[in-house]
Amino acid sequence: MAKVLMKGNEAIGEAAIRAGCLNYFAYPITPQSEVAEYLVRRMPEVGGVFLQGESEVAVGYMLFGAAGAGARVFTTSSSPGISLMSEAISYICGAQCPAVFVNIMRGGPGLGGILPSQGDYFQATKGIGHGDCRLLVMAPASVQEAVEMVMMAFPLAEKYRNPVMVLGDGLIGQMMEPVAFPDHLKTEPSNKDAWSSNGMDHRGSQTRNLVRSLFLDPTVLNDNNLALKAKYDRMRAEEVRSEAYNIDGDYQCLIVSYGTMSRVCRTAIDMLKAEGIEVGMIRPQTLFPFPEEAVGEAASKASCKHVVSIEMSMGQMVEDVALSVLGRVPVSWYGKCGGEIPTPEEIIGVVKARIAGKE
Amino acid sequence: MQSEIKFAGFGGQGILLIGKILAHAAMEEGFEVAWVPSYGPEMRGGTAYCTVVVADRPIGSPIIKNPLHLVAMNGPSLEKFAPTVKKGGIIFVNSSLINFGSGRDDVDEFHVPVMEIAQKVGNVRAANIVCLAAFVARSGIVSMETLKHCIKEEFANKPKLIPLNMAAVDAGEEAAKK
Repeated sequence: MAKVLMKGNEAIGEAAIRAGCLNYFAYPITPQSEVAEYLVRRMPEVGGVFLQGESEVAVGYMLFGAAGAGARVFTTSSSPGISLMSEAISYICGAQCPAVFVNIMRGGPGLGGILPSQGDYFQATKGIGHGDCRLLVMAPASVQEAVEMVMMAFPLAEKYRNPVMVLGDGLIGQMMEPVAFPDHLKTEPSNKDAWSSNGMDHRGSQTRNLVRSLFLDPTVLNDNNLALKAKYDRMRAEEVRSEAYNIDGDYQCLIVSYGTMSRVCRTAIDMLKAEGIEVGMIRPQTLFPFPEEAVGEAASKASCKHVVSIEMSMGQMVEDVALSVLGRVPVSWYGKCGGEIPTPEEIIGVVKARIAGKE
Repeated sequence: MQSEIKFAGFGGQGILLIGKILAHAAMEEGFEVAWVPSYGPEMRGGTAYCTVVVADRPIGSPIIKNPLHLVAMNGPSLEKFAPTVKKGGIIFVNSSLINFGSGRDDVDEFHVPVMEIAQKVGNVRAANIVCLAAFVARSGIVSMETLKHCIKEEFANKPKLIPLNMAAVDAGEEAAKK
C-alpha cells in the first residue's frame, strides 16, 4: 500500500472519510483546526457534509441528532472544546447512539495552552459526562496509529452503540509522518435499524425506536444503566489493547506510558539498554478499558522492583497503573505538562533514581 | 542510522515547506520519517522552525533537543540553535542574511548566499529551494534525483514554477561544491 506524507490532523480527517463517515460537524480550536481546514475542502469532493457549529455545545448535539438518525458522524476538538461537548456526550451514552469524538489535547485547566498535553486522561476515561456514562478511549502514538484508530472507532461505536474517543496529544495532530489507509478497516454500518429513527416501515418493524435518555421510572432507569454497565464490562473483556516493549529481559523497572510520551520513553529505553540497564514498557493503546492485566503481569516479573507511570499530565494514569499493580511493587509518577515534554535524558535520570530506590 | 535536521528562520521564508520536501524525499527512498513543526502563538514574520527526523528504523522520540544538522536561514536561528548541534553535524548558514559564523570548530559549517543565487536564477522566492538543494548536496541524506522528483510533486499544481525551482536546485547543488 502506497504511503503518503501527511500531517496528523489531515490524516485523521481523511481516515474518517475512508472509514465511510461523511458527516463532520466541528468548531475550530488549536491544535486541531487543520482537521476542519482539510475537511471543508475534502468533504464536498466525496459528497459529504462539513458544518461548522456556532459552538462546541451545539456541535455535540449535532452529533447526537445525526447519530439518532442513523448516520455515521464524527467531530474533532481540543480540550476546552471537549468540555463543552461533554453534556451531549452523556446524552448520547444514555440514548445508546454511536458517535466518534477525536480530542487532540492541549494544556489545561481552563484555556491552558496550545502545546501538546495529556491532561484530559481523567476526563476521557472517568469523567466525560454526568451519570453512569463511559467512553471507549483509544490513544495513538503515531500518525499511522491515529489513522487506524479513527477508522476502527466507527464500527466500535456501532458495536457498542456508544461514543468512542480517539485521544491524541497536540503533537500527533501537528506532526507529519508517512501513512497508509488500510482498506480492510473500511466498514459499513450494519446495525442501525437497532437504534436509529429511520422509520418503522423502512425497518419492517412494529416498534418505535425512541432516541432518549430520560427514564423517569427508577426501575427502568436502573435497567437501562445495568445494560450500559454490561456494555462497559464487555468492552473490558473484548477491547483492551496494549503494546509491550523490551519486556523479555530481566528489567528492574517497568514504564507505563502512552501517546507521544511513550515514544520518548522508547528512546530512553534504547539508550538505557546501551548502558546495560534493562527497562520494560507497557504502552496502553486503549485507556478505557485499561490494560490492567498486561500492566499487572509485567509488574509481577520477579526482577521488577518498581513501576513508573510517565505522563504529560500531573499524575492521572498513575491511578490506573496502581490499581493494576495492586501493591505488588511500588508505583510512582513522573511527568510534565503544558507543552513541556520530558526528554529521554530526564527519563533516564528518573529510571535510575527509581532503581536506586529514590522517588 | 538516524539523522535529525533542524530548519530555522522566520515566517515567509518557506522553512516548513523545505522541511516537508526533505521528509517526503526521505520517505520515497524508504526511510522512516517524522516532520515536527514548532507551533505556537506565532505572528507573521516571527520565528518558524521545524525538525525532520530520518531513520532506518521506527522513530522513537520525534522531539529532538540536539539535532545532527542545522539549516539556519536567519541570524537569530543560528545564534539560538548552533550550540545545540551534535558534533560532526552540518551547520548551513544563509550568508545573504547572516554575516557571522557559529563559532563551532567541531562541525561542517558552510555559508551560501541563497537569496542572491535565487535572484540570479530568476526569483528570490526560490531561495529556500536553493538552500535545500545545497544542504542535500552537502549531506547526501537523499539523492538529488529524488529531491527533484519531490519538488516537482510539490509544485504539481503550479507547473509554471517547476523550471525556476529546478534551476534553483542546480544552483544550490553547485554552491555546495564550493
